[in-house]
Amino acid sequence: MTKVSMTVNGKAVSAEAEGRTLLSAYLREGLGLTGTHVGCDTSQCGACVVHVDGKAVKSCTVFAMDVAGASVTTIEGMANPDGSLGVIQQAFQDHHGLQCGFCTPGMVMSSAALLAANPHPTEAEVRHGLEGNICRCTGYHNIVKAVLAASGQTVAAE
Amino acid sequence: MHNFDFVKPASLDEAVKALSAEGAQALSGGQTLMPTMKQRLAAPDVLVSLTGIAALKGVSGRAGASVTVGAATPHAVVAAEARAFYPALAALAGGIGDPAVRNRGTIGGSLANNDPAACYPAAVLASGATITTSRRDIAADDYFQGLFSTALEEGEIITGVTFPIPQKAAYVKFNQPASRFALTGVFVAKYADGVRVAVTGASNNGVFRWSDAEAALSADFSAGALAGLTVDDSEMIADLHGSAAYRANLVKVLTGRAVAAA
Ligand SMILES: Cc1cc2nc3c(=O)[nH]c(=O)nc-3n(C[C@H](O)[C@H](O)[C@H](O)COP(=O)(O)OP(=O)(O)OC[C@H]3O[C@@H](n4cnc5c(N)ncnc54)[C@H](O)[C@@H]3O)c2cc1C
Ligand code: FES
Ligand code: FES
Repeated sequence: MTKVSMTVNGKAVSAEAEGRTLLSAYLREGLGLTGTHVGCDTSQCGACVVHVDGKAVKSCTVFAMDVAGASVTTIEGMANPDGSLGVIQQAFQDHHGLQCGFCTPGMVMSSAALLAANPHPTEAEVRHGLEGNICRCTGYHNIVKAVLAASGQTVAAE
Repeated sequence: MHNFDFVKPASLDEAVKALSAEGAQALSGGQTLMPTMKQRLAAPDVLVSLTGIAALKGVSGRAGASVTVGAATPHAVVAAEARAFYPALAALAGGIGDPAVRNRGTIGGSLANNDPAACYPAAVLASGATITTSRRDIAADDYFQGLFSTALEEGEIITGVTFPIPQKAAYVKFNQPASRFALTGVFVAKYADGVRVAVTGASNNGVFRWSDAEAALSADFSAGALAGLTVDDSEMIADLHGSAAYRANLVKVLTGRAVAAA
């Protein structure tokens, strides 16, 4: 075990890790940030997506030691400073973009990366951008609506 | 996953040295190696991360001549930065997997692994690219040696890949919808001295050049030039996603589409 340090949601943190410790395990078990979900653990589902230095990555497929020193953002870093839901989170709630909520942390993080790169995406660009995130509940339509709404575009109400 | 020692050298020399240790293996984006290690199909004693070596990252080129991609450059960076030099290569990189895979996975890892359904091998072979390693330069035609097998020797590190820029090119991939790898993919590149066609995802022997199509397209660069050709399906992959005959048909159809898109 070695102490691995990085910046998570703007705070300097450190926790013990082995070579094989995944970033997802470092966040969840090392730091107690259990908002990052592990669905498949095989890099297929995207539930574990976080940002490393601003880029969306699957935290189950990154070693914690490989990103020592990096700046990581997780779903816990997406709320507003006063604790209210951030714009994307609120849009997911408003547009019923979640049911069980298991995929939602990854969906929100992938959506945030998508909107940072492309602030006014088309519906097709949203669907393409969320290709690596699997949802077993919603059928995706409301997730896509939520992301379009979060980008400031008008979408049909429910 | 079995545990291992993790090292992250800052220079190629240190990485070469670290890889000479017993049981050492290179780690680039980890998008292939990590799932493999989770299944215990790989169990290195030492993992040598290449992601901290600045010299292995980035895209540089001369318009109309060539473009060189550092081995540890993620697909997303190639998609953005190779566009000005070689749009078909950039488009291929931008179609690999999904955004999170593209932010980690690298060209060096893809070529070292040589998955029979991977995208980059088609671009490298169709472009007649040169693979530069810690020891030598390897021509694409000598590099790919069948399923998951390459000309790389023990401890040899790919440092970069140099692509001569074609007059016209396109990659058309028929997605395997679950994995997003190529069920079949065809890269067509037209150079002053002829056309090269490379096919991925289809053959039991990995990426290959379709020489009949190359001859036909070198004489007449149009989808119609392929009309009389047939693709032998005896070496094609057959699995639940598609039969050998289906893949052989895809090779021809996708080659035509790539010519039209080039
Ligand atoms: C969900 C998903 C979808 C994907 N879809 C596609 C797709 O559509 N098309 C496609 O082509 N690929 C796809 N991939 C694979 C992806 O492109 C991988 O990134 C790539 O195959 C391996 O690159 P890596 O940098 O992650 O390598 P790693 O996993 O780090 O390494 C792979 C192998 O290469 C060796 N290696 C790494 N770098 C070097 C080097 N510089 N020199 C020598 N050896 C080296 C390692 O030791 C290991 O054996 C997908 C992967 C996932 C998880
Ligand atoms: S848990 Fe990481 S991709 Fe599914
Ligand atoms: S809301 Fe249940 S998996 Fe997406």
